Amino acid sequence: MGIGLLGKKLGISQVYNELGEIVPITLVEAGPCNVLQIKTEKNDGYSAIQIGFKDKKEKSATKAEIGHCKKAKNSPKRYIKELRVGVDDKYEIGQKLTVRMFDGIKKVDVCGTSKGKGFAGVMKRWGFRGGPATHGSTRHRTSVSIGAGSDPGRVVKGRKMGGRMGGERVTVKNLEVVKVDEENNLLFIKGAVPGPNGGYVTLKECK
Amino acid sequence: MKNPLKEQRSEDLIYSKSKHFDKENFINLGVHGMNMVDLIEKENMKKEIPQFRVGDLVDVHVNIKEGDKERVQIFNGIVIARKGGGNRETFTVRRIVQGEGVERVFPIHSPHVVDVKVKKSYKVRRAKLFYLREKSGKAARLKELPRKKKKENS
Repeated sequence: MGIGLLGKKLGISQVYNELGEIVPITLVEAGPCNVLQIKTEKNDGYSAIQIGFKDKKEKSATKAEIGHCKKAKNSPKRYIKELRVGVDDKYEIGQKLTVRMFDGIKKVDVCGTSKGKGFAGVMKRWGFRGGPATHGSTRHRTSVSIGAGSDPGRVVKGRKMGGRMGGERVTVKNLEVVKVDEENNLLFIKGAVPGPNGGYVTLKECK
Repeated sequence: MKNPLKEQRSEDLIYSKSKHFDKENFINLGVHGMNMVDLIEKENMKKEIPQFRVGDLVDVHVNIKEGDKERVQIFNGIVIARKGGGNRETFTVRRIVQGEGVERVFPIHSPHVVDVKVKKSYKVRRAKLFYLREKSGKAARLKELPRKKKKENS
């Protein structure tokens, strides 16, 4: 169950497939990651592995971080995540996980933090149509009615309005793996991946 | 495309001395290897691309698959734009078919684009010849003299 890695979005580009068609790709530097901790049903109530990606300078890490990674004989890590794994899956502490895991895997789910859009209006945030642009209209990009009058006497919870958009955790599912480059630790993923270039992402095999 | 100027100056460039600089491919990988994308694009580029420029009358040889058969189709017209960089570069060819303007966009590095042959070169004064779209007949055809200087030089 569950193969996963941590990675970093490098950028987007395109490649040609065997048919000579253009395939849009996102380039992700995936791994190598190290297993820092193993959580078991017995100890923690669930089974998971904690993996770390990219080294951090020792001087910028806390002593707790240094100590925790030292247990796995590793330098402190910049990006640490927990992945649920099956009870029977065998991992060792300090084990190195590389892109090779994704060899032969067709589809992945990718989690990342989306780009922050700031305070966004209702058209951008929720896809409202907005009002007419001309003919004396003054409600160009606003939402209009936000509910009935004195009957509920309030605005219904969950009403779609303007507000902060983006900068949240987003998962994109069923993205095709185009190529695995073991030499450079690269994963070619078809389509878009959440977040800016240089953002950290979690890659998981599709269930 | 090769850029001889760049290669010549590679020694002088500051970033060529950086430890992130890949001398073989002439790409600065950046502190976090961010420019890996450039490297991958380079890998996916044709080693040699046909030389042509905007304002050239060209024959584009396109590989076309019909069932099991493959054949080469020729699209003839004037290059009115080149766009994009790396392996994403494309060019637009315009021709007039039965009084109707037809434009096709080809990716330069596509394996389907087998060859581009320059038939004639016209004198042009801009990088994008979109103004041809608004002109028809003689107005569109009046695009200056073919270039003969090349022969003299060589």
